[in-house]
Amino acid sequence: MSGHSTYVPKSPVMKWFESRLPLFGLIHSSFVAYPTPRNLNYLWTFGGILSFMLVAQIVTGIVLVMHYTPHATMAFSSVEHIMRDVNYGWLLRYLHANGASMFFIAVYIHMFRGMYYGSYKAPREVLWILGVIIFLLMMATAFMGYVLPWGQMSFWGATVITNLFSALPIVGEPIVTWLWGGYSVDNPTLNRFFSLHYLLPFMIAGVVALHVWALHVVGQNNPTGVDIKNPAKDAVPFTPYATVKDAFGLVCFLVVFAWFVFYVPNYLGHADNYTEANPAVTPAHIVPEWYFLPFYAILRAIPNKLMGVIAMFSSIAVLVFLPWLDTSKVRSAVYRPLFKQFFWVFVAVCVGLGYLGAMPPEGGYVIAARVLTAYYFIHFLVILPLLGLFETPRPVPASIADAVLAKHGGGAAAAVAMGAASAPSKK
Amino acid sequence: MKKTTLLIAGALAATLAAFAPAHASGTEKPPRVSWSFAGPFGTFDRAQLQRGFKVYREVCSSCHAMSRVAFRNLAEPGGPGFSEAQIKALAAEYKIKDGPNDQGEMFERPGRPADRFPAPFPNENAARAANGGAYPPDFSVLAKARTYERGFPWFLFDIVTQYQEQGPDYIHALLTGYADPPQGFPLQPGQSYNKYMAGNAIAMPKPLSDGQVEYPKGPDGKPAAPETVDQYAKDVTAFMMWAAEPHLEARKAMGFKVILFLIVFAGLLYFTKKKIWARVHDEAHA
Amino acid sequence: MDIKALGSKDWGANVAEIATAEPTRRDFLFIATGAVGAVGVAAVAWPFINQMNPDAQTIAAGAPVEVDLSPIAEGQIVKLFWRGKLIFVRHRTKKEIEEAEKVDVASLPDPQPDSARVKDGHAQWLVVYGNCTHLGCVPLGNQGAYDGWLCPCHGSVFDTSGRIRQGPAPTNLPIPPYAFLNDSKIRIG
Repeated sequence: MSGHSTYVPKSPVMKWFESRLPLFGLIHSSFVAYPTPRNLNYLWTFGGILSFMLVAQIVTGIVLVMHYTPHATMAFSSVEHIMRDVNYGWLLRYLHANGASMFFIAVYIHMFRGMYYGSYKAPREVLWILGVIIFLLMMATAFMGYVLPWGQMSFWGATVITNLFSALPIVGEPIVTWLWGGYSVDNPTLNRFFSLHYLLPFMIAGVVALHVWALHVVGQNNPTGVDIKNPAKDAVPFTPYATVKDAFGLVCFLVVFAWFVFYVPNYLGHADNYTEANPAVTPAHIVPEWYFLPFYAILRAIPNKLMGVIAMFSSIAVLVFLPWLDTSKVRSAVYRPLFKQFFWVFVAVCVGLGYLGAMPPEGGYVIAARVLTAYYFIHFLVILPLLGLFETPRPVPASIADAVLAKHGGGAAAAVAMGAASAPSKK
Repeated sequence: MKKTTLLIAGALAATLAAFAPAHASGTEKPPRVSWSFAGPFGTFDRAQLQRGFKVYREVCSSCHAMSRVAFRNLAEPGGPGFSEAQIKALAAEYKIKDGPNDQGEMFERPGRPADRFPAPFPNENAARAANGGAYPPDFSVLAKARTYERGFPWFLFDIVTQYQEQGPDYIHALLTGYADPPQGFPLQPGQSYNKYMAGNAIAMPKPLSDGQVEYPKGPDGKPAAPETVDQYAKDVTAFMMWAAEPHLEARKAMGFKVILFLIVFAGLLYFTKKKIWARVHDEAHA
Repeated sequence: MDIKALGSKDWGANVAEIATAEPTRRDFLFIATGAVGAVGVAAVAWPFINQMNPDAQTIAAGAPVEVDLSPIAEGQIVKLFWRGKLIFVRHRTKKEIEEAEKVDVASLPDPQPDSARVKDGHAQWLVVYGNCTHLGCVPLGNQGAYDGWLCPCHGSVFDTSGRIRQGPAPTNLPIPPYAFLNDSKIRIG
């Protein structure tokens, strides 16, 4: 989305159009001629996979709305109507419900990839923050979407999460009443959640456009963390190289998606949500969808209501400051031996928090959750700032081409690369 | 490097396991039943669904509604496989409330295939009043609304083994899990002891007993399936699973085709990608 | 690094080179991949299109309905619904039947004798769909120059047999499928 396009319209009609709106030139420079680092691995296909999932969720969602009724007395029945009577309704609903989970699997891989290779570092801070905003919008969308079937988990999830705001002093109660549109979660709540659930994906699409724009301004990071220096040697054109690789990655991802949709469609959901909402009975275990579990564990780890809510929101907010918390001059974990280990510990802590979020808040689980919550924040606030100061990075290759040669061409080329790369990449 | 990571992960898992409190509860895990509808090629056993419907109709339906299932569903593909004529006759045996008529009054008429199964009670309050305060849940999606805790690491294996029958296993176990309470087990009046019910006290009296429902006879004059509690429980549970997921067969059949297609497509894309990238790699070696 | 400088290289030429070099086997692979992809997209499109067709419940609800004619007085038009579509049941008077029968059929825009629009021996009962064949408005009964119906939207005039006589409607009001169960009861559908 930057630079001058090399696109030359051929037909007179296209020339006429292009001189008035250079749309195809923009597409050409963004998705055809765009220089892509030649050493990207398959973790970089998740950007494309996420774009696909966003479109897939919007399309299946629009179609489901044609049959869904956002009313407290009819929502559950209308979902069952979709599952039983609508042509391919079961397929569309399972695609949408499991699609949300697939979306989060992809986004977590995408985020951890960015953390591992230092993709948030200068000049990609705005790109990263836009990503955090997308993540927040996704969480809001997914939460409100889960309320719509109006099952037991929908209802009690909505109750518990909206009650988070009651932790705020003085304004808490009025805010919760305002969110509910009443004195409890009821039809007005369902209606507004439906409205917002329909709106937010389009806001996500807007921020995604900014995210892609920012990406095309600063260029893609890559496993070495070294910028493109000579496009002829370091880069390949986006089409066909990245497009075909993304397509292959996407189809492999779709195999997993299809496995869930067709063979274990309710695995990622809750059995309780097949019972219609009942304000008089709370399910034995209130747990959010799996993708919220680490944050839910952080919320429950803190015994104080307000502090728990603050800790949970901080765990996401801290991501915004990541570009400045990580003080290392080297981007990629490939050349950061210590960071690499701490990274995997952090991943394990996040998975552990996820597991604890699903367990009942009792006994040892609470203690474990406290330990891991503390570590989560220590990772960002203590380890990352200090690591950059004390860690001795391995030599970084002089260019992407050198790194590729070192990998494919054996020792001689590698020696050249090492020699040229005594200083960390800095522009 | 990998070793360190593995060690850390292992230590973390061990810590988590050590923290896990022992679940002090007398509830047993339901035994696994071999269901015809399990697995990637699972299909319902038509005869079993028909028997299950008979059990539901003659036993369960006096308290449990199934109000999202219509008579027509019984003749739809992937279901019990009744004929159109059978369900027409069946529906006509029921009286369905309809109206209001031109005089503004509700009236009863014989059921039609498009009608849903009539509920035994007009509303939840009436159902509770007739059942000592307990609400007999609607059967329509119950097989998907019930489950039991699988625990680590089994819940992970379930993705690959496609074990999705926690609900049916639980229901079958519950129906066969009535027993005499242990010495001194506190039961309220009207409650029964059940090995699989959470808390072991259930408001539903033992619903099934051997020989209670007559099964269709085979050519040798013997019932097509054993007239036992275990068989009744299996049959009615299979019927409930079909009711909860009437398109299960279509879903699994389509899934096989879709995944096969995606694997072929992925293979083609892989070779296309290799061809296209070959040029870059040649250059790298040059 | 200035990304803009990268734009100077003509990547398009590279792409063209790749596509043309070593033609046959490579081309076949590309075509096969593209074709399989196209089949996949088409297959995915179908559920999204078909979901808008009537669902199983709607189809099942379209079962035949029985109508008791005995409360309908002579000269009265009763409205009822079958499959969500409006149907007029008109108990015609002697005069209305005569008017409908004596018309020169050849002169009509949509020629049809009255006898083809009622059941034998039940000439007093006219059963027609209640939406104008022009653009679907509901015509007003006992109005217009032919005592039949007058459509308020665009002025189509129907006679006592529901046939179009004047105005933009191209055809007569269609007859739904129905049969007499006895002299005072019909089943529609």
